[in-house]
Amino acid sequence: MSEPYEHHEYDVLIIGAGGAGLRAAIEAKQRGLSVGIVSKSLLGKAHTVMAEGGIAAAMGNVHSEDNWMVHFRDTMRGGKYLNNYRMAELHAKEAPDRVWELEQWGALFDRTKDGKILQRDFGGHRYARLAHVGDRTGLELIRTLQQKVVSMGADVFMECKVLQLVHDAEGRIAGCVGYWRATGEFITFQAKTVILATGGIGKSWKFTSNSWESTGDGHAMALWAGANLIDMECVQFHPTGMVWPLSVRGLLVTESVRGDGGVLRNSLGERFMFNYIPEMFRAETADSEEEGDKWYDDHNAGRRPPELLPRDEVARAINSEVKAGRGSPHGGVFLDIASRRTPEFIRRRLPSMYHQFMELAGVDITREAMEIGPTCHYMMGGVQVNADSQETVVPGLFAAGEVGGGMHGANRLGGNSLSDLVVFGRRAGIGAAEYIASGQAATTFNQSEVDAAIDAALAPLSRESGENPYDIQHDLQEMMQANVGIIRNAEELAEATKKLDEFTERVKNISVKGTRVYNPGWNLATDLPAMITVCKSVTLGATLRKESRGGHTREDFPNPSPEFGKINLAQSSDGGTWDSPINVVESPILILPDDLKALLEETK
Amino acid sequence: MAQVTMRVWRGDASGGDFETFTIEQNDGEVVLDVIHRIQATEAPDLACRWNCKAGKCGSCSAEINGKPRLMCMTRLDTLPAGPVTVTPMKTFPIIRDLVTDVSFNYVQAAKVPAFMPPPMPEGGYRMFQEDVARGQEFRKCIECFMCQDVCHVIRDHEDNKTHYAGPRFFIRYAELEMHPLDQNDRRDLIREDMGLGYCNITKCCTEVCPEHIKITDNAIIPLKERIVDAHYDPVAWLGRKIRRKPKTSAADAAVQPAP
Repeated sequence: MSEPYEHHEYDVLIIGAGGAGLRAAIEAKQRGLSVGIVSKSLLGKAHTVMAEGGIAAAMGNVHSEDNWMVHFRDTMRGGKYLNNYRMAELHAKEAPDRVWELEQWGALFDRTKDGKILQRDFGGHRYARLAHVGDRTGLELIRTLQQKVVSMGADVFMECKVLQLVHDAEGRIAGCVGYWRATGEFITFQAKTVILATGGIGKSWKFTSNSWESTGDGHAMALWAGANLIDMECVQFHPTGMVWPLSVRGLLVTESVRGDGGVLRNSLGERFMFNYIPEMFRAETADSEEEGDKWYDDHNAGRRPPELLPRDEVARAINSEVKAGRGSPHGGVFLDIASRRTPEFIRRRLPSMYHQFMELAGVDITREAMEIGPTCHYMMGGVQVNADSQETVVPGLFAAGEVGGGMHGANRLGGNSLSDLVVFGRRAGIGAAEYIASGQAATTFNQSEVDAAIDAALAPLSRESGENPYDIQHDLQEMMQANVGIIRNAEELAEATKKLDEFTERVKNISVKGTRVYNPGWNLATDLPAMITVCKSVTLGATLRKESRGGHTREDFPNPSPEFGKINLAQSSDGGTWDSPINVVESPILILPDDLKALLEETK
Repeated sequence: MAQVTMRVWRGDASGGDFETFTIEQNDGEVVLDVIHRIQATEAPDLACRWNCKAGKCGSCSAEINGKPRLMCMTRLDTLPAGPVTVTPMKTFPIIRDLVTDVSFNYVQAAKVPAFMPPPMPEGGYRMFQEDVARGQEFRKCIECFMCQDVCHVIRDHEDNKTHYAGPRFFIRYAELEMHPLDQNDRRDLIREDMGLGYCNITKCCTEVCPEHIKITDNAIIPLKERIVDAHYDPVAWLGRKIRRKPKTSAADAAVQPAP
């Protein structure tokens, strides 16, 4: 590779400019380190903007009984106890400070009558806990962090795609190699630490709430670089995505609709969720419509309605109703807030949902029910990290936010994602600073890894003929939706495993037309290796976890198994390239100390 | 199967032309859907920006039949029959096809003096909904930059970009000025360096805002009033005299009270 390219050096290089990446950047800057941020899109466009309902933090502004211990318990129960307890503990303890910090940086949350930050109800949270701004909380978070970062003067490399991490001679992380999307020119970053904050993987499914960016780059690059991935079988299908028009199928409909009074009905008009209350949540869930309705006004007057069960429960129930022939005309169920709240209330509390349905579906949600169904939404699984520092097993490599694994266990509660970003983004920034201070950071840069990554990226442009990357992406999405969707079984997973080997061969035969200048076809060709790696990893985890737990549901193993409840499946790459085989070991989950265990056993 | 004819501008900074595609169109589809279909079939190298496809990120701004719109929120069945013309935003330099260089906006963002609150009391700040609501309107901004695109101060006069922040940043300044906690005074900066006076309130920005922010009425006009008040207040005037030499500029001349 003789072509010259740009080279930059930083103490901390952050890949991803969503909530986690920006919060990590602020922390590292505040500690006097030089910081570079690399983003596949423009600054401020990260997938964080899609978060709608709020940021969970036990501030106790609406219900003074709330505290970190209840939040911890809710998170662990929601995650079906597969969580890294230490992450759940740190998250619950630190989230309130992170929310108040956002306010000090200019965020404007909705207020209570006495001027505090207002909090709303959400699935799986015992108390109203989500600080929010209408239904555009993610936008508020990203804009606040973006403005803070800009005011501090960090270097942001926008529309720059990272291809691969680079090591030093001793195997420590030393930086990465990528290219500018606008010009197609390559660029290398040498850094003492790299923080992965690349978000999710949902673009490999047909019906998804995720954007083109969610191709699992960070998950894949971490695996290739020697880190472990855990819980990769735990993919969250959000219960409420749009189902019609087809072109927006999968687009997110916020859980706030249910938090604010919306209910789910089947084609017979029944509130079917009352038929799907699992034993684990029976004691705290209303058993009649009357009781559930009282709860909205006074949480002491009744138990919470079953529409606000954790997402995995609600998504499975919707799936069952549709399969039983009680679905809506376009294959979903009905989400009705129109008959339960005034038009003024709906427009004030859910302005972007009102707008989204009006403009895209021609549905006025203040007058009619919405048609919704499950959509691929969030990756619980991710890079295995130290809970306190977010460091991986590869020295110098950190991961925070959705790309990190462990915090949410087998199922994430709504609202715990935005708080995850800022709690662990900050901790990754601290972790990186401490690692640098310890003097162990890499000093050399493995040029042969750079050369190999550039050669691989250029290959599709030099093939005279071959496959269109869009065809491969389309077929991959269809295949994953059909075989590794919300309900799985051994037969379909075996089919997926076989197909993924075929996809690997197809990716090796991609041919791209045009130049490297802002060429989306070429960009997609460079995303596909990561997508294939991540799909293999999800399929492998799903094949091996022979039980149903949280976001992972096996038709052939419909119940949770106590044995599988004690382990995470940890995956590592055998060879370090995108087409290398993946190894799996059983990694015992962390044992809870007695004081935290006691919190889980409290049933009050 | 219904078909639609799309005239899409293709080219780069050195020039370009329209390319016509006749392509399948399904019920309920938006312009971005057919642009994606063109990419997936006939022109995999057709450049366009997009992210959320839900009107929340502001990436896919373009001019559809000559009007700035988000491609992801423009349903084909709302457009007049006949070919649909898609061009890049005119105010920004072309990178390729529908993608423009919007770095002007990031340069302006870096000039905004940061939010400066007093120290936070125990248990958080107290602010009331009616006080935060004004700023919240401006914080709905998704940075699609269509208000910047349509603002003729920079759309028709490239040279104004050095001393004019544009509507997106006037709402940012308005938000900070109206923030119940902010203690930074940006009024001189807005008048002298951000060129607020160039805006002659034609409301083109408000008309194209996909978030329906009343940019002119709720941000620019109140901002002009505040700055005029500060500028012509004798005490403030004296203070300014002592601190620095007064400036005379086109911006000053254009400052005018609200109608």
